[in-house]
Amino acid sequence: MSLLDTHIGFVEALRAAGLSVSLAEGLDAISALEKVRWHDRETVRAAYAATLVKRHPQRTTFDAVFDIYYPRLIGSGVAGDGLEPAGGPQDTGPDLERFREALAEALAAGDQQALQDLAVEAVARFGAMPGRGPGLSSWSAYTSLQRVSPGELMDRLVQGLLGQGLDDEQAQRAAGRRIGDFTRLVEGDARRRIAEEKGPEHVAGVTVRPTIDRLDFTAARRSDLEEMRREIYPLARRLAARLTKEQHARRRGPLDVRRTVRASIATGGVPLTTHHRPKRPHRTDLVVLCDVSGSVANFAQFTLMLVFALREAFSGVRAFTFVDDVVEVSDSFRPGADVVEVMESLAGQISQAALWGRTNYGRALTRFAEEHPDAVGPRSSLLVLGDGRSNYSDLALPVLGDLAGRARHAWWLNPEHPRHWGTGDSAADRYGEVVSMVECRNLAQLGEFVHRIV
Amino acid sequence: MTTWFESPEAAAARLRETGYLTDDATALTAYLAGALEKPLLVEGPAGVGKTELAKAVARATGAELVRLQCYEGLDEARALYEWNYKKQLLRIQAAGGDQSWSETHDDIFTEEFLLTRPLLGAIRRDEPTVLLVDEVDKTDIEVEGLLLEVLSDFQVTIPELGTVTATRRPFVVLTSNASRELSEAVKRRCLFLHLDYPDAERERAIVTSQVPRLDDKVVAQLVDVVVRLRDLELKKAPSIAESVDWARTLVALQVGDLDEATVARTLGVVLKHSSDQQRAARELKLATR
Repeated sequence: MSLLDTHIGFVEALRAAGLSVSLAEGLDAISALEKVRWHDRETVRAAYAATLVKRHPQRTTFDAVFDIYYPRLIGSGVAGDGLEPAGGPQDTGPDLERFREALAEALAAGDQQALQDLAVEAVARFGAMPGRGPGLSSWSAYTSLQRVSPGELMDRLVQGLLGQGLDDEQAQRAAGRRIGDFTRLVEGDARRRIAEEKGPEHVAGVTVRPTIDRLDFTAARRSDLEEMRREIYPLARRLAARLTKEQHARRRGPLDVRRTVRASIATGGVPLTTHHRPKRPHRTDLVVLCDVSGSVANFAQFTLMLVFALREAFSGVRAFTFVDDVVEVSDSFRPGADVVEVMESLAGQISQAALWGRTNYGRALTRFAEEHPDAVGPRSSLLVLGDGRSNYSDLALPVLGDLAGRARHAWWLNPEHPRHWGTGDSAADRYGEVVSMVECRNLAQLGEFVHRIV
Repeated sequence: MTTWFESPEAAAARLRETGYLTDDATALTAYLAGALEKPLLVEGPAGVGKTELAKAVARATGAELVRLQCYEGLDEARALYEWNYKKQLLRIQAAGGDQSWSETHDDIFTEEFLLTRPLLGAIRRDEPTVLLVDEVDKTDIEVEGLLLEVLSDFQVTIPELGTVTATRRPFVVLTSNASRELSEAVKRRCLFLHLDYPDAERERAIVTSQVPRLDDKVVAQLVDVVVRLRDLELKKAPSIAESVDWARTLVALQVGDLDEATVARTLGVVLKHSSDQQRAARELKLATR
């Protein structure tokens, strides 16, 4: 492949991964590459990044695609000749022992270069999946990690770090981070080898994950959830900034005669600019009713966090959580409260919202209408969060219809793709006839929705 | 045409001389912005040295810094140029009634009655100029449209005077806190750089260079605490500017060892939310006051 082909392929792959790279930006990248020397791979990466990636969240995606198209090395590299799995099983006991010993040392020393080399070796030695014919063999990060199992080295690593004068918690955290880094290196190397064998286009399409704000709540891993949680406050801040700006743009009220006349004196009595009184911003009372059963708990928590982070935009917010019973959780959200604490207290209250522990929308809605009849009034907006999967129980449609009728607005946020609504035990389509059902699968959609209702 | 920096390494070295310590990517992007004559859009959290980068480039290249501070409600008249209509009115009144309309018209739309604002000013300068458009995300969308002509062609069209084109292209730096998404059109014309919190080693170097009087041991302790604080889920993680402030505070208090009591006493310098302070105190196991 010529250099230009690689460039075109790279840009195409970035577009496929959701980065909007224009033709002009591609040309910019080429003229930037003309200006730098290519002796260092990181220089090429930085030049590409400066010209092609214009939003920071996309940087992770960019890096993944870059690593596939501009690999760090080919095969096992110069140093790794002879590592190629030759014939019989090379990952025999003694080899594995020796390798894990080397890995433990490198982890303890935090030696990046050694770890990188070991990751290459790990995939070469333990991750090969021989195919039935030429071109069918492949590499697996999963297999190599299973064999090497760096997690088992955790205790040893922690002990070593404790010896270096870190306290227990710090050592735990540092050890976890180093092992996580190694895991990522192995995954990256497996991707690189697959790309080498099957062509980068093949890999880029399958292995590159969407950016964090486009990642489905239901598909998120544990580490993703933490990253999402870190996004909540920046997202709220962006939304708040946008809201004030829009309110300012719309705030031109009736003409302020006094100020207009006063200003006209400077221009000889001609009112060149008119002044207006500000308009009072309209604020809604928000009542949030969320399903916190296992399947949608993450989604509900994110939405609650975001709503409460934007507390100022509403005149009042009340939050209720339910599984098959209803409990009010508004108190957890003190002004200025800490994110982690709120999450913990919410998790603690989930047990109170469950009577038998099986989601029952009908029962929850009925209980809500009975116990908190004053919550929903003509000035309040009702927001229900959940997937509408009610274990085939009674749906209490009239109750919800009555609540929606009393409220000023009513919405239902559903973290599932619309094609799943009404499948299996989902009652999303039937509830959707009573209140408007909105798809809300990721942070981007959530942000858009919250912005719309304020 | 000016050469701003000869190579990425030269950019790093000259920025370092002015007291701005860069990482490789920043130096390379600054070099590219000069070499390609494209504006540089710098994004990142508050206090990581976005504005300082523009100032450092100006110092390193001996150029003059022209600054346009953006805010909500900024308009053409305050960003580009404005006709000095009061002076024009005076001119018309002083001339009396003995001049024809076309004469007067030609007369009052000349350089003399033009008030140049930062954008036009930066373009018309003959000496090397660094144009800093600060906090560009605070402006309204309309202002971005106004920036487009300036950023892509380095020219400004004034209907009465014609088009003013830059004789010498300024080095343009736009900074943004990403409080709103800038339009694709602006981003397309810029090089993009995301500045983030530095790694521990570079932060130590920065703190030492900014506050040379602080003991090396305390600097290491300070950076260690700040790095740990950034790991916590805080509403506002401490920035470089705050680490430097903290270092200054410790110098002022004549602290020779950053022990837990001192951290607890001076935590307010780096953390500006009470819930953040409580959380930090708990996580770092500080004695609460």
